[in-house]
Amino acid sequence: MSEAVGGTAEAPANTSSHVRGTTPASGPTGKVNAAETIEVAIWRGGDEGHYETFRVPMRASQTVLDVVTHVQRHLDPTLSYRFACRVGVCGSCAMTVNGRPRWTCRTHVSKVVENGRLEIAPLANLPVIKDLATDMAPFFEKWQEAKGTFKPTVTRAEPVSDISPQTPQRRIIDAAIECINCGVCFSACDTVRWNSDYMGPAALNRAWTLVNDTRDGGNADRLFAVSQGGGCHACHTHQSCEQHCPVGLNPTASIAGLKRRTMQAYIRGELK
Amino acid sequence: MNVRLYTLQRLSALIMVPLIIGHLIVIFYATRKGLTAGDVLARTRGSFLWGSYYALFVLAAAVHGAIGVRSVAREWGRMVGRNLDLLMWGAGLVLAGLGLRAVWAVVIG
Repeated sequence: MSEAVGGTAEAPANTSSHVRGTTPASGPTGKVNAAETIEVAIWRGGDEGHYETFRVPMRASQTVLDVVTHVQRHLDPTLSYRFACRVGVCGSCAMTVNGRPRWTCRTHVSKVVENGRLEIAPLANLPVIKDLATDMAPFFEKWQEAKGTFKPTVTRAEPVSDISPQTPQRRIIDAAIECINCGVCFSACDTVRWNSDYMGPAALNRAWTLVNDTRDGGNADRLFAVSQGGGCHACHTHQSCEQHCPVGLNPTASIAGLKRRTMQAYIRGELK
Repeated sequence: MNVRLYTLQRLSALIMVPLIIGHLIVIFYATRKGLTAGDVLARTRGSFLWGSYYALFVLAAAVHGAIGVRSVAREWGRMVGRNLDLLMWGAGLVLAGLGLRAVWAVVIG
């Protein structure tokens, strides 16, 4: 999957007190008046930075990603952000929009604009590379910590396992499998913010799908991993992950499943 | 929090729930009947039942509360490593000590 990070490392020329972009009198894209523009405050810099304000023409069916793209292409080419598919498949373009983590490509401006204003920031709980682009490495490192990789029990020379969609385990997996790793849940999670050891909703959700995968042979290590200090038991069941997940998954339910399974294993003495 | 602390905190909660209900019933009974401190002490002094009841309550509360303090210190106080466990054990021992001292006072002292 290819990704694009626009802009360069050049520092923004303007400060947050100065509004750049289309003015009510004249704009670069035409057919714009005061009622048809929105004020967009965009985070500039790294972990330390400031908001810079732009004025962007409002369009029909305009997404927040369209707004960011307009700023980069017409107002400030040094703006950095990340996107790829633009249609809610890749999970690259998640940002914080008016305080909430969202896929910007699937968020219409008309649904989130408040008093003609948008505030766009990088995802929370992740290091900022520059402007709206975050470093996703810690997010995927948590996946590794939670043993989120499939451990096969057969070789490719053997027949493919026949798993009925009706089995209880497969149904559990179906409820959790559609995660595309956009990082929205990780950004929305209070426990991630408070506890840097915490693996987060996506990694634990992934672990839960593998715990229920009858073809997988890695559960001893996986259950041990998610039973440690940063594992599933740190979750406070705030359900922010479920509230914000753009795919409509419920990682909290997956984490609750892991809590039950690991506690049973612990009581039976199965956790090494 | 790991699975051991999680399990201990849930088990201690499980123990405390019926004890809390019993404790509330005792409070309502004592106030409605207008029992004085002397009346209460007359019932608790030398009572193995009340001594066991509140000793178990104190120990469960100490375990439960100490693990909770550890989580608060980790998440809100940003405390890490050995200090967390020292704080947890310290909080648990203080809670257990104060509680058992009170149980001793009303049952034996």
